[in-house]
Amino acid sequence: MDSIIEGFIKAFSLIWDLDREFLDIIFLSLKVSGTALLIATAAGLFTGALVGFKRFPGKDFILGLLNTCMGLPPVAVGLFLYLLLSRSGPLGFMGLLYTPSAMVTAQSILAFPIVASLCHSAIVSVDPIIRQASRTLGAKPFQITLTVINEARYGIMSGITAAFGRVMAEVGAILIVGGNIAGYTRVMTTTIALETDKGNFELAVALGMILLTISLIINMALYLIQKRVMVAR
Amino acid sequence: MSTPRRVFDLRLTAFNICKSYNGEPVLRDCSFSFDKSGTYVLMGPNGSGKSTFLRICVLLEEPDEGEITYFSGADVLKKDIELRRRITLLLPRVGVFNATVFKNVAYGLRIRGIKGPEIKERVDEALEFVGLVRKRNQNARLLSSGEIQRLGIARAMVIEPEVFFLDEPTASVDQKNTEIIEDIILKMKERGKSIVVITTHDIAQANRLADWLLLLKDGKVIPSRRCAEAY
Ligand SMILES: Nc1ncnc2c1ncn2[C@@H]1O[C@H](COP(=O)(O)OP(=O)(O)O)[C@@H](O)[C@H]1O
Ligand SMILES: [Mg+2]
Repeated sequence: MDSIIEGFIKAFSLIWDLDREFLDIIFLSLKVSGTALLIATAAGLFTGALVGFKRFPGKDFILGLLNTCMGLPPVAVGLFLYLLLSRSGPLGFMGLLYTPSAMVTAQSILAFPIVASLCHSAIVSVDPIIRQASRTLGAKPFQITLTVINEARYGIMSGITAAFGRVMAEVGAILIVGGNIAGYTRVMTTTIALETDKGNFELAVALGMILLTISLIINMALYLIQKRVMVAR
Repeated sequence: MSTPRRVFDLRLTAFNICKSYNGEPVLRDCSFSFDKSGTYVLMGPNGSGKSTFLRICVLLEEPDEGEITYFSGADVLKKDIELRRRITLLLPRVGVFNATVFKNVAYGLRIRGIKGPEIKERVDEALEFVGLVRKRNQNARLLSSGEIQRLGIARAMVIEPEVFFLDEPTASVDQKNTEIIEDIILKMKERGKSIVVITTHDIAQANRLADWLLLLKDGKVIPSRRCAEAY
């Protein structure tokens, strides 16, 4: 019991002192997940819009696939990415295993179906009258597309936020492909998991509180955005 | 009094339009030319094809047969963006964008590449015209149905259409807003800048607004003198 209380006290001092290692870990977490989110957003918005606006063979299949992949198990994604990137794997020559790039890749894969799928549903739920109204006002086809995407903006933002929440909290995939190397690939979730295992509570608790705060902020944002989605209907 | 002035250099013509839905003909070899400044009122019972005719006129929908041609001065325009940018249709369900009243009205100018100060001036003038200045910075989704129709009129007027179609602009609107909207339509006529075409099933309203009365009957648009013929 004492060690836990001591852990909390030391945790607060870490936060209070803005400990260097502690800050680096938080910063890397945000960098990895943020970069993954940027990639997933670019690809996901493009894919979601394509599937939402165009008709083509295999569209239903792609939609089904995206929806099914929204809940990919991170550990499995990590495992398969590991096999691809490991020295004897097909992409081993790239030397990406145990680097932040591998972690970004893993999280992009996790976030992409979420962003794509939620962007698609946001776009198709825009009232068709919007398209007609913008056409009657003289919009060119690509302007109509932009107008519809703009009308779907709160739904799109809520998709991006949901994906961010998921990758920030994820530990399975980045642990496998990142390896939790101190000062290089250690992020909040992996540090918490491994330091707790070792009985080093202070760093784990400090990071846990930060992670919890970030997650609460993300979900608060999600709630506020979704409230706006309701108003938009 | 404002006697309608004939505009010689504008003519929107529907040639031999046919349109069916699920094998049910709605428009049958329908031809008509709008070529006078002032207000045309198109009447006809529900389901007679008024909205369909309007959607085809503004190229929102393709006819099965026939075509729309537009003469503006020396230009002959067919089915392209240039044509669509000179005519517009106020849809019965307007379709407001989830943005402020100002941004809604500015839309048509923005997509034409017009810049800030001119947008502001023209939008404010249009809002003044329809009496929505005080709602300028409010989200347009929160307007009443009468205000939404007026917003739709402002949003269309700001782009100075040469032909302005309004599909039942007062159908879902209370008495007071109906009067306001009718006033706006009468004021538009006084400006004499565009051909105005509105549909209604209200005979009294048709009489108040029409310079030319039209009926949609048996899938055709025909000129009429007496409103009672519609029913
Ligand atoms: N998109 C559509 N699909 C199927 N039927 C339609 C469609 N639009 C209109 N119709 C039918 O065409 C007929 C004419 O409709 P409409 O042009 O809306 O008449 P009005 O505006 O005079 O009331 C109606 O019978 C209507 O059911
Ligand atoms: Mg109608």
